[in-house]
Amino acid sequence: MSTTKKFMYVNRKAPYGTIYAWEALEVVLIGAAFEQDVTLAFVDDGIYQLIGGQDTSGLEMKNFSPTYSALGDYDVKKIYVEKESLEERGLSIDDLQHLTWEDEDEDYAEKDSIQVVTRAEMADLFADSDVMFNF
Amino acid sequence: MSMLHLVNKSPYERNSLDTCVGYVKAGDTLLLIEDGVYAAMSGSKAAAKLSGLDVAVLGPDLAARGIGEDRLIDGVTVVDYAGFVDLATDKDKVQSWL
Repeated sequence: MSTTKKFMYVNRKAPYGTIYAWEALEVVLIGAAFEQDVTLAFVDDGIYQLIGGQDTSGLEMKNFSPTYSALGDYDVKKIYVEKESLEERGLSIDDLQHLTWEDEDEDYAEKDSIQVVTRAEMADLFADSDVMFNF
Repeated sequence: MSMLHLVNKSPYERNSLDTCVGYVKAGDTLLLIEDGVYAAMSGSKAAAKLSGLDVAVLGPDLAARGIGEDRLIDGVTVVDYAGFVDLATDKDKVQSWL
């Protein structure tokens, strides 16, 4: 008998400067493919991963940011962004990609995946998870 | 003597920028590259550290990270790779704050 655990993936690194962000995304997709209960958290520099309009053509590196929009298809619909981290960096949710998932119980209505939460709320989410993956 | 200072780390993850700005002298230029470019975003906590300095930012690194030039603090120069080379040759030395 299989059991489903609540997996929490904590993203704290900016994209491109290191490989952490990309590797985290790949691990998330693997976890989701095995139908685990997946939640993503973006704190500190991790929120930079979600900024919209990334264009790496001048860098000769793969732009992996479009992959985040595939998370909804993998049933990953819980993506939390920390309010304090956004504010410290002069960012708001409007600077981030608009990520959605389709609710099949409501005629495939598109719903927002990203929610902005406070640090205290984020701590509660961590406490509520079974397994933590840190990148 | 003039120096080109390079910072390639996020100001929120490393102290490279903090240390570097303490060493910047008149006539020097600070060029932000890679994750260092986040420091030049207006409204950010790190931006205040750049006030009064001659600051340049590498354009391709901004674009990769989705940061439009309209999001930068005033007075910052955006350069391409050729501009990076020009800065390196114009200054007497290059110091990279890894």
